[in-house]
Amino acid sequence: MEQWIPIGYLLSAALFIFGLKKLGHPRTAPRGNQYGALGMLVAVLTTVVDMELAGDMEWTLIIAGLVLGSVIGVIMAVRVQMTGMPELVALFNGFGGAASALVALAEIWAYIDGTATPSTDTLTIAVIMVAAGLSALVGWMTLTGSILAMFKLKGGVSIFGTWYKTPTWGPTWLNPVKVALVLSVVALIYLSIDDPTNKQYLYGIIAISCILGIVLVLPIGGADMPVVVSLLNSLSGIAAAFTGFIVGNSVLIVAGSLVGASGLILTFIMCKAMNRTLPDVLFKSFGGSGEKAELTRTKVGSDADEVAMMVDGAQKVIIVPGYGMAVSQCQHQVKEFADLIAEKFGTEVKYAIHPVAGRMPGHMNVLLAEANVPYEQLIEMDEINPEFPDCDVAVIIGANDTTNPAARSGEGPLAGMPIIDADAARTVVIIKRSLSVGYAGVDNDLFYMDKTMMLFGDGKAMMTGLNNAIKEI
Amino acid sequence: MITETTLIANLTLFMLAIFLGFELITKVPATLHTPLMSGANAISGISVVGALFAANVAYDGGQTDLSGLLAFVAIVLAMINVVGGFTVTNRMLNMIAGKKRRA
Repeated sequence: MEQWIPIGYLLSAALFIFGLKKLGHPRTAPRGNQYGALGMLVAVLTTVVDMELAGDMEWTLIIAGLVLGSVIGVIMAVRVQMTGMPELVALFNGFGGAASALVALAEIWAYIDGTATPSTDTLTIAVIMVAAGLSALVGWMTLTGSILAMFKLKGGVSIFGTWYKTPTWGPTWLNPVKVALVLSVVALIYLSIDDPTNKQYLYGIIAISCILGIVLVLPIGGADMPVVVSLLNSLSGIAAAFTGFIVGNSVLIVAGSLVGASGLILTFIMCKAMNRTLPDVLFKSFGGSGEKAELTRTKVGSDADEVAMMVDGAQKVIIVPGYGMAVSQCQHQVKEFADLIAEKFGTEVKYAIHPVAGRMPGHMNVLLAEANVPYEQLIEMDEINPEFPDCDVAVIIGANDTTNPAARSGEGPLAGMPIIDADAARTVVIIKRSLSVGYAGVDNDLFYMDKTMMLFGDGKAMMTGLNNAIKEI
Repeated sequence: MITETTLIANLTLFMLAIFLGFELITKVPATLHTPLMSGANAISGISVVGALFAANVAYDGGQTDLSGLLAFVAIVLAMINVVGGFTVTNRMLNMIAGKKRRA
């Protein structure tokens, strides 16, 4: 029977590979997710059978742990609103990192308790201590970083009814500090090889890793959060792979490294779409007041009635959602607007989706899907851009940098970033709180064009007002 | 006991899996980035296997010391990541792929 155990793990690893592959194509994605889940089931069952065969399985607590975790997971996943999705992914990710770190800690603590004796073989103990140390470093860092990322995505935290905004803080001297922290963990791991039961080293590694996660995410602002969550996702995979080295299990190594590598690729794809490099995101804290362009121009705002009249008679309207739609969560009002003008004026409505609009790639799709917007109406940037010259009205909801013509100029922070060509439309309506710059800190010429109408205010309030105005026509 | 042979074998596996991971998702439409991240994240909950081994070692002989408790918490957290992750990815994909909508 024992000889089947590696086959079980092999099957599980194959399912993960097919699962990830299929997750990358729209048609096969749901099947890919099922493959992944099946692979996980096979891995857990194989492990349980393996331990039972060894004859020393402690059933009660293990089953209790498996069931408890599953129940909590299902409840959290089913109850969450689609708008809270990115936060939940960040939190789950933190839990995964913590699990890896705890496995490493349990292994080492058994030495300290005396319930297990450290191997006297130099190679064995070196591998275990290094793997456990790295697993702890990456795992604890992922936990604290993910939790902070979650609060950044939420925008703040409510304690006893008082709302505290999540801070963004990162002077440049913090960067050498981060490097020093990583080096000190590496030094502690090195020291622990010769002294596996030293509690000081252990506490030191845990504490520094936790601090690292926080100082890594703290300087990064809301708009870059997708990149950070993706990077943390990659790290939690790497942490799992390191635990594979501790327990000597192939499926942990394979699945962990797969997630680590694919997560990193996804991170680069996101960076590229924003025309930023990963080091820029991580080490150049943005939002520093010094870098932002000063606003010297003004623009008179329009009102809902004016925009409603503009939309009346339009043949084709393209809606460009952005970060602001996610913040004000006005996707239902946007859908109502689209339905209203389609019904009342017979207007053709499409949505232009910039690859990095919102808080996570694909975030706009998820939000609009929640509001029951038909999938066929969501058009990706490259396909929709040629349609703007035929478009009567482009309605931009809380998007800024992704529509900024300055990106075409080849100069400044936005240079070269692909944008939605909303400025090619006959009329542009922009719903935004103010004329303030986006996270790139560049003033947007689009706001000041003669054909542009600004609706200043919160997305939800303005969309509701606009819908009412259309109903009255 | 970890021999040089097993260490080299594991490192080889590690390296090859990383290259495979790089190749697996080179072209993904932006729509699927969030579900892909979420699904991959659920797979990283594979650390549940490590947690199971750690728990089993720690509970050996029926005593539950601190390392047993740590392993128990690790099982719970990893399972939240796994089950919650796959469930939530499934919900997202159902919405994005447009199935089960407007029945």
